[in-house]
Amino acid sequence: MARKLPATDVVIVGLGWTGSILAHELAGSGLNIVAIERGPWRDTATDFPPAYAQDELRYHIRHDLFLRPAQLTMTVRNGVNETALPMRSWGSFMPPNGVGGGGVHWNAETWRFLPSDFQMKTHLTERYGEKFLPADMTIQDWGVTYDELEPCYDRFEYLCGTSGKAGNIKGQIQAGGNPFEGARAREYPTPPQKQPYGPTLFAQAAKEMGYKPFPQPSGNLSQAYTNPLGVTLGPCTYCGFCEWFGCGNYSKASPQTTILPALVRQPNFEARTQCEVLKINLDNSGKRATGVTYVDTSGNEWEQPADLVLLCAFQLFNVHLLLISGIGKPYDPRANEGMIGRNYSYQVTSSVDAFFDNKIFNPFIASGAIGMCIDEFNGDNFDHGPHGFVGGGYMGAVQTNGRPLQTTRTPKGTPQWGLEWKEAVAKNYLTSYEAVTHGGCCSYRDAYCDLDPTYTDRFGRKLMRITFDFHENELKMSQYLTDRLAEVVQKMGPRQFEKRPRSGPYDSTVYQTTHTCGGAIMGTDPKSSALNRYLQSWDVSNLFVLGATAFPQNAGYNPTDTVGALAYWTADAITSQYLKNPGPLVHI
Amino acid sequence: MKMRNLMALALVACTTGAIAAWAAEDSQAFEKIERGRYLAVLGDCVGCHTAPGGKPFAGGAALETPFGALIGPNITPDVATGVGAWSEEDFRRAMHEGIGRDGARLYPAMPYPAYTKVTRDDVSAIWAYLRSLDPVRNEVQPNQLRFPFNVRRPATSTWDLINFQPGVFQPNPAKSDVWNRGAYLVEGLGHCGTCHTPKNITGGDRGSEALQGALLQDWYAPDLTEDPRTGIGSWSIEDIVRYLKTGANSYDIASGPMAEAVSNSTSKMTDADLLAIATYLKDRAPRSGRAVTALAAANPRMVAGQAIYEDRCAACHSHSGAGVPNLFPRLASAPLVQSADPTSLIRVVLIGNRAVATSAAPTAPAMPAFGWNLDDTEIADVLTYVRNTWGNAASAVQPEDVAKLRGRLSSR
Repeated sequence: MARKLPATDVVIVGLGWTGSILAHELAGSGLNIVAIERGPWRDTATDFPPAYAQDELRYHIRHDLFLRPAQLTMTVRNGVNETALPMRSWGSFMPPNGVGGGGVHWNAETWRFLPSDFQMKTHLTERYGEKFLPADMTIQDWGVTYDELEPCYDRFEYLCGTSGKAGNIKGQIQAGGNPFEGARAREYPTPPQKQPYGPTLFAQAAKEMGYKPFPQPSGNLSQAYTNPLGVTLGPCTYCGFCEWFGCGNYSKASPQTTILPALVRQPNFEARTQCEVLKINLDNSGKRATGVTYVDTSGNEWEQPADLVLLCAFQLFNVHLLLISGIGKPYDPRANEGMIGRNYSYQVTSSVDAFFDNKIFNPFIASGAIGMCIDEFNGDNFDHGPHGFVGGGYMGAVQTNGRPLQTTRTPKGTPQWGLEWKEAVAKNYLTSYEAVTHGGCCSYRDAYCDLDPTYTDRFGRKLMRITFDFHENELKMSQYLTDRLAEVVQKMGPRQFEKRPRSGPYDSTVYQTTHTCGGAIMGTDPKSSALNRYLQSWDVSNLFVLGATAFPQNAGYNPTDTVGALAYWTADAITSQYLKNPGPLVHI
Repeated sequence: MKMRNLMALALVACTTGAIAAWAAEDSQAFEKIERGRYLAVLGDCVGCHTAPGGKPFAGGAALETPFGALIGPNITPDVATGVGAWSEEDFRRAMHEGIGRDGARLYPAMPYPAYTKVTRDDVSAIWAYLRSLDPVRNEVQPNQLRFPFNVRRPATSTWDLINFQPGVFQPNPAKSDVWNRGAYLVEGLGHCGTCHTPKNITGGDRGSEALQGALLQDWYAPDLTEDPRTGIGSWSIEDIVRYLKTGANSYDIASGPMAEAVSNSTSKMTDADLLAIATYLKDRAPRSGRAVTALAAANPRMVAGQAIYEDRCAACHSHSGAGVPNLFPRLASAPLVQSADPTSLIRVVLIGNRAVATSAAPTAPAMPAFGWNLDDTEIADVLTYVRNTWGNAASAVQPEDVAKLRGRLSSR
């Protein structure tokens, strides 16, 4: 039996990027805000100090910053006729845990999606005709345009101090930037990071082939920066421990280094950590959220009533909580009905390994988002007509790490253990290079989330079941992108190179990215989306659902910049529209 | 409010003498109460009279002294446990003479040697403000000193004969109004010397060495003179104002007890008062600068220290010791780094430390602890290196000093 707490104006589920941004924006309006976070408080200097932050075993292998599957997991299967089984150790993706969420362990690659990405269905249909798209592909427009989001992207990037070179300022193409990007209002807040040898070589080769390489926009800062909230970040030291790690140098943009110091000063904000939200409560009509019920580490259940509920957990847990709480109608792929769980999508990455004789790359001089990229094969930047697939991705030489335990690149044919393997690792550590593609993932009728019929968590709640596989469109895309990447890598002059395009079936034990998307997508019509264009639930108007949950499909970029931009977009809608007149912001 | 009225009635009933006092007190004296509120900020009264997490002014903050702990008493107008039964004259006597309502001398943890300089008008305004607070019932045992220091102090005290000169601040007509305001604040309500002036064996100020830096609570409050190496000689007036107002400037970020002083007091001061403080400090003579020669880079301890510095420190403080403004304090040519007493340096390396957060500079960066993976010799070596590199010059840090402080900090 949950004990009822005094009501608050706003309850926020999850204190990562979106929860922090919404809390800070709404705290300015004077509302009382309670954020409930499942994991612990995390602080830069005391939780990941430079004295031990660079510990690959602790963080990368033993997953120190992530949720423990014994606490909550999900089941996975490839097809609707299979039986899903629970993930008992994380593989394909890494669900974050604790204050800061994924913003603590990300690589800080800070990309804007292309203008056409937000109108993918309309754009592709107009260019290639309806029949070009596979029948079971369920891609949609977002209901928001790039131009509408541009000021929100700008705010997030200036919050983070993103290092980069603009390619398009107010329609004027800028030398050295990404010429394909949508128009931005101004230059990045800080200049690009210095590039190591590998990315420099890649950029030279790409340029000689007629491509337009540019430095990847990075939340690992090239120089010290004080953001509009007065919070200061330091310059990156290129230690190469970003992805899966917290940055103890205050140089990677995270909620801790950009927003929490300002947020915790707000007297109307309160965070409750180590508290797991069990469900969102609804009134008798089912049309209004009354708050949330959560449990603390002692097993005590509490009901926190609130006028406004902001679901700001990681994408997977947002969808799970919606399903558990009976909000909206669960998606049924056979009937093709219901909006919750529909349009689940992921990411399709690939790589080319290259082995050189006389080039020293020093892979340990790295940062999470340092690298040189080309965008010629992303989105619809190239004519897909001859290729028989849609979508694409960026590619490049991104020098994220040279971590000692797992950076053990060896050519094909090398034994996987023993003296010969050791010698090959030693020989190739400095002289091999991995270039990557980072591709999008369309949504399909048979890729979705629902509640598992068999497995439950410790509270007796059904686990969420993910049904997902790669489709022919994505596999073709990956092959095509990998081939183009290999051409550039070949130009870099390796002794040998090996293409590693993505192949099916989807394997949940193999890590690619944590960029899982969809499940409660935004759109213009409640018949084809769970959320309206402001990320407000069509079914429960005092509930907003933040994060990549809202992506109708995934673009060929890392999602965080768009997640951050959508958070500001929603915050603006709440403060400028909803608070004046609580209720649905879009009427159909 | 109702409770306070009843209380007032009770007082009136008890003593006819109080009737006159009560009649003279104007509980709606907004201007006076507001002035008193600001003066209480200038004096950082909340710092000693508020327990961590407790109600403001209700007492309970511990001040560690070499003689034991003193706990700031309750100064809300609660009759039983606070100053509710006090008269304004009782309060004036405490502030100006260090004598409590019962006639016993206060311990000089209450900085009456500084407060004696506060004008009578200002004391009256502070009193009006304190009277306006809600009374909080909070029994505080202020005296936790060891024997014999815990013995009640008689109204005539040897300590006061040696260490206390009563007398309201006298302006220096040769100086500007701004300077005089600064002197009034630094020497009086601001009581900067309580931390920054070296103490004699009885705990009194060594007046001839005012503001030259002193040790308290295992922190070294640095030299505030114009000394270019250990003092604020290289700081401009603007640098000082910015430090006091935001907690950070391009040299340093306030931490330790100064973080509390910034948080409670200086960050809430008017720009005019901060300018006055800075003007006064910048016009004081430097301590007699003793020439100090840096240890040679080839010294074995310097070599060992450099290796540790590059591994553990350079990522934040940078190879050049330049740090990052508002984030990582600068070590090169830094006064605190070169101070005569390295206690603060040893302390932050051993157990880490968090800098102050203010609304103007909310970052509150922290230094992680290294005491768990650096031994006493390693800490002494790296600090010796830091104190003698990039133009710094200061005495070597001894492993025994690290060991002693480690013992003291771990026994807390």
